[in-house]
Amino acid sequence: MTTVAETATGGEGTDAPYALSHLDALESEAVHIFREVAGEFENPVILFSGGKDSILMLHLALKAFAPASIPFSLLHVDTGHNFPEVLEYRDRVVAEHGLRLHVASVQDYIDRGVLKERPDGTRNPLQTLPLTEKIQGERFDAVFGGGRRDEEKARAKERVFSLRDEFSQWDPRRQRPELWNLYNGRHAPGEHVRVFPLSNWTELDVWQYIAREGIELPEIYFAHEREVFRRAGMWLTAGEWGGAKDGETVEKRLVRYRTVGDMSCTGAVDSEATTLDAVIAEIAASRLTERGATRADDKLSEAAMEDRKREGYF
Amino acid sequence: MSITTTETLSETTLLRFATAGSVDDGKSTLVGRLLHDSKSVLTDQLEAVERASASRGQDGPDLALLTDGLRAEREQGITIDVAYRYFATPRRRFILADTPGHVQYTRNMVTGASTAELTVILVDARNGVVEQTRRHAAIAALLRVPHVVLAVNKMDLVGYEESVFATIAEEFTAYATELGVPEVTAVPISALAGDNVVEPSANMDWYGGPTVLEHLETVPVSHDLAHCHARLPVQFVIRPQTTEHPDYRGYAGQIAAGTFRVGDSVAVLPSGRTTRISGIDLLGDPVDVAWTTQSVTVLLEDDIDVSRGDLIVPAKDAPAVTQDVEATVCHVADQPLVVGHRVLLKHGTRTVKAIVKDIPSRLTLDDLSLHPHPGQLAANDIGRVKIRTAEPLPVDSYADSRRTGSFILIDPNDGTTLTAGMVGESFASPEPVNDEPEDDGWDF
Repeated sequence: MTTVAETATGGEGTDAPYALSHLDALESEAVHIFREVAGEFENPVILFSGGKDSILMLHLALKAFAPASIPFSLLHVDTGHNFPEVLEYRDRVVAEHGLRLHVASVQDYIDRGVLKERPDGTRNPLQTLPLTEKIQGERFDAVFGGGRRDEEKARAKERVFSLRDEFSQWDPRRQRPELWNLYNGRHAPGEHVRVFPLSNWTELDVWQYIAREGIELPEIYFAHEREVFRRAGMWLTAGEWGGAKDGETVEKRLVRYRTVGDMSCTGAVDSEATTLDAVIAEIAASRLTERGATRADDKLSEAAMEDRKREGYF
Repeated sequence: MSITTTETLSETTLLRFATAGSVDDGKSTLVGRLLHDSKSVLTDQLEAVERASASRGQDGPDLALLTDGLRAEREQGITIDVAYRYFATPRRRFILADTPGHVQYTRNMVTGASTAELTVILVDARNGVVEQTRRHAAIAALLRVPHVVLAVNKMDLVGYEESVFATIAEEFTAYATELGVPEVTAVPISALAGDNVVEPSANMDWYGGPTVLEHLETVPVSHDLAHCHARLPVQFVIRPQTTEHPDYRGYAGQIAAGTFRVGDSVAVLPSGRTTRISGIDLLGDPVDVAWTTQSVTVLLEDDIDVSRGDLIVPAKDAPAVTQDVEATVCHVADQPLVVGHRVLLKHGTRTVKAIVKDIPSRLTLDDLSLHPHPGQLAANDIGRVKIRTAEPLPVDSYADSRRTGSFILIDPNDGTTLTAGMVGESFASPEPVNDEPEDDGWDF
């Protein structure tokens, strides 16, 4: 947190009086978005995976409404292929802040025969139906997602307030122009609005802010020794979802995760970064985007993200 | 606060800017070069562009593909929407609203310019200031973008001639100044060759000014707050009602303009009741002073009725409260705006019912001529409107305060965002009314 004395004279690193630092500006914008939703919607929910972006959203929401508690509940779409460290983290923060957690379980849908396991074992594309039905069932009218416009080019045109129809579908041609900071959250019954408070953050901003605020993250974000195997150019960890197949050898490597999702399609990267500062230095030097480095699901086709978004994905 | 180690990673300021110009002017090349030369295009993105370019039979990577996001756009070879791009240098972080040059041009540029502190307008050095350049300048002036950069591109194709640049810069600066644009910086560039985009040009010794990127890095992003009217739209009332904070009642909002201090005498609009600020919380930490665009929670001395939609202002510097709003608007929806239209008006954090009483004129951006009583405004039209609101609103002139002088109109039936509005006079120095016959000579 910068102090008044610093910022009134321009603040560290800023070049003019009363100019906010880039992190302060992004923080203030995100807080404004959370408060707009609190003021205009009946039943908002934060999508919470235990990944760094959702942890950041929760941190910003807590600051936005301090000293009161946050007027939203959390929703975790559980693929059943979770990193144990992340589930442990999720349950701890929920208890610590007295939050209400909803879980939409992909495993339940598979057990009931509604969804079928894919041949490649990945469950990321299977999340859309449980998510959509949970939104309908609980009548959530605003759903906060941690998506950022720098992640992927279909996201670069996403609005902060993104209207979804009753099937959660995204129609790029139906999106509303967003002028100034006047967000339009009007929607028909059954429709909802996906809200992206981190729209204007980059991966580096997220890490810099986490470092500045001293936000705790699940351990898998830092370099650790792990048994992994190579598939489609990524280091994967074996788990209940499956493991190394013929011709794939398991080896012990020093790795960390840049994103956290379904274990079956989230890859680790080689890394020696055991601290936040080391992680930031690595990202600043990286020549790959975080999705390019770690997400098999986005490599499916040039429009993979666009197609999933249209169907109601995060 | 944790200290990061290198200069690149320290906290810096943020500049939001927009680009205007068509593909023919080399806008995509300029944007591509800014991203590429500032090392913001990463290997996998470049590989994706190379794959896509190769599959279309193009020789080299087409940097324009970096900014075409959607399948529909790639299939049709057009850009249908504002795309936001992010890049950083050691000196500053940038958010670029990249607005397409073809379809829905006005709507997209207005959207991009609404949050921009700077607009880069491109011209082709061979063509000079053309109709489209004047449209871009007019939109920047209407939206009161504080800084305008004229990038005179393709200088390589005019032999890097100083006189070509000087003539264009002079003509544009005169036109923009007439429209009330407070600051114009003209830069001779070649986006293709890289002259004066990131690195200074070796081909134009006669130019002593900054490169485009140097200017973006150093242009001031803060305003003289002493002369700003302080404004805080209330978003949400924070009442913990816990044993630790039984009586806490804070008014949360993002300061739209100016500075607030503990002890300030303030009025709450539209009721007009006055009290003093007894405390300011900056996201959990008490502070003595706060300014735009910080998100804060303000505590008041007296227990007066304040709720979402109210505006907290200095008691001695309150805007007029009115039900009659006159504004310049840009119509952004496909369905037209007509006289008699019943709409919702969102101003700050307040949404009220309103009716379009009159549309006195439509403005042609090419020559700034006014067409009286058009009856309706279609998508991408700019015009003057008179609106009557169901409840009084505290509105500023847009010239004084971009955030509290702006509003949007919403269709109450389907929720469509219809129109973007700016209260008060269109331009800083108004043009004479020019009653020319109806002319539909522009095609977007």
